[in-house]
Amino acid sequence: MASKNKKKINWTAVLFIAPNYIGFIIFILFPVLFSLFVSFTDFNIFKGFEGMSFVGFENFIRMFTDEWFLAAVKNNLLFIIGTIPILIILSMIIATILNNKVYCKNFMRALVFIPYISSVVAISVVWMKLYNPSQGQINQLLMAIGIENTPGWLGSVDWALPALMIVSIWMGLGYNTVVYMAGLQGINKALYESAQIDGANSVQMFRHITVPMLSSTTFFLMITNIIGSFQTFGTVNIMTGGGPGKATTVIAQYIYKAGFRYHEMGYAASMAWILLIGIFSITLIQWKIQKRFENNF
Amino acid sequence: MLSIRKTKKILLTVVMLCFTGLIIYPFIWMLVSSFKPLGEIYEFPMRFISDGMSLNNYKEVLFNQSPSFLLYFKNTVITTVLSVVGTLLTSSMAGYAFAKMEFKYRDQLFLIYLITMMVPFQVLMVPQFIMFKYMGLFNTLWALILPRVFSPLSTFLMRQFFVDIPNEIIEAGRIDGAKEAGIFWRLVLPLAKPAMATIVILNFVWRWNEYEAPLIFLTDKNLFTLTVGLTKFIDEAGVAQDNLILTGAMVALIPMMVIFLIGQRYMIEGLTSGSVKG
Repeated sequence: MASKNKKKINWTAVLFIAPNYIGFIIFILFPVLFSLFVSFTDFNIFKGFEGMSFVGFENFIRMFTDEWFLAAVKNNLLFIIGTIPILIILSMIIATILNNKVYCKNFMRALVFIPYISSVVAISVVWMKLYNPSQGQINQLLMAIGIENTPGWLGSVDWALPALMIVSIWMGLGYNTVVYMAGLQGINKALYESAQIDGANSVQMFRHITVPMLSSTTFFLMITNIIGSFQTFGTVNIMTGGGPGKATTVIAQYIYKAGFRYHEMGYAASMAWILLIGIFSITLIQWKIQKRFENNF
Repeated sequence: MLSIRKTKKILLTVVMLCFTGLIIYPFIWMLVSSFKPLGEIYEFPMRFISDGMSLNNYKEVLFNQSPSFLLYFKNTVITTVLSVVGTLLTSSMAGYAFAKMEFKYRDQLFLIYLITMMVPFQVLMVPQFIMFKYMGLFNTLWALILPRVFSPLSTFLMRQFFVDIPNEIIEAGRIDGAKEAGIFWRLVLPLAKPAMATIVILNFVWRWNEYEAPLIFLTDKNLFTLTVGLTKFIDEAGVAQDNLILTGAMVALIPMMVIFLIGQRYMIEGLTSGSVKG
């Protein structure tokens, strides 16, 4: 360890940290605190600071009577319910299969991963074309196998949210699979070997060894997916703009609309802070529960 | 005669290849369509090879549009490269100090870092917008680059890596009378190549695909990056140019794919390092 006297300033350390920390204070830490301040005001960028007025908790009260915000929260929750269980189950199965039961597993792992690293704009573009009600590949396939009433997808109130959920699952599959594959590396092979001797088949082994042994990974992924899901923005903004009606409006996209379309920056900042508090609470719960996991193993 | 195990393995491989084929089908369709005239892209089933295929769409989006995708491409490269290089520099220095030096308030300063890692961009965008307006950074590429040079997450990852470097190596350097900067450049950084590769590739992917920041901070279409350039193109092109829209999307994707194929291992290691208790 450095034999520096604690009372003296360690100038070397200061020099190493300063570039990063000063920039961090200017561009991240200060804005976080500044946005808290803005959230208690009525702020329109075109009126500047002169036209700003302090409104107390008005923005926070308003959001709980704002039907658009409530619809956004509801859609976010539906999104979580509709995507995460499927994502978890599917990626656990894929990871188990890719882990040791097939040839060219690295090639397939890379293919599954590609949607995750692709530009959300490019992805939204291609899915918009695939979802095209009359010409899109998806409905043409459905018609080819004899389905008459094909969904209107992005243009229909009932199908727009499920359509976005499908894209979201497709995007998240790669990351979840890769994390599960890393988790599988940590399971003791002897468990499977002794189960095999006892005459267990692969399905039984998956149910009674793989699933329980991966529980801490599953927990981590659930939290990560929930937090990520609350920040869904790109796909919604490009593919549906939150419509039709309120069908696909979500929190992150509504914050953007409030702040940069309607120029209600105070209101946007207050909703962003509610989002932050939500994410923060989920993370705290994660820390608490993870400590329990660590004590058990 | 194949054993039962081998047969099973081959069968599963075929099933999984079909499944992964389904996963990347949107990309295949996009790629094939980007060479086709408008009349052919909505055929079902898709033909992989047709007589009408050419590079015309690429010529059109890269050179004949105004602004051209080549310009968007250039803006994207500038913002990505500058912010990635900056992130690498600041996060490796700070990560090293947090891991291997002793100073007052070290742990408190680092805790602030950990907490801000959770802050979503939605919280930062309003205050950053107001700040950039007053600082004169609004509607410049600096608005995209500067905030991204100081990344708590990258600093955290670098620190995690440096903590694992044995103190003996650094102590040996200090005893030889080397300056801390010399130890860092000559002893520590060469060891940190894998960690640096991870930081570079993760940040490259995030910056290249950035959508919300350019949407908010840029108004001059000559400064647009590929993501916002593409959305602008969609808004203006209408449905009569779907083949060009898909080609534009391909232009945004191709560099990313190349980078991913080169650095796949680092990317996956970096993403999973935080998830599994090591």
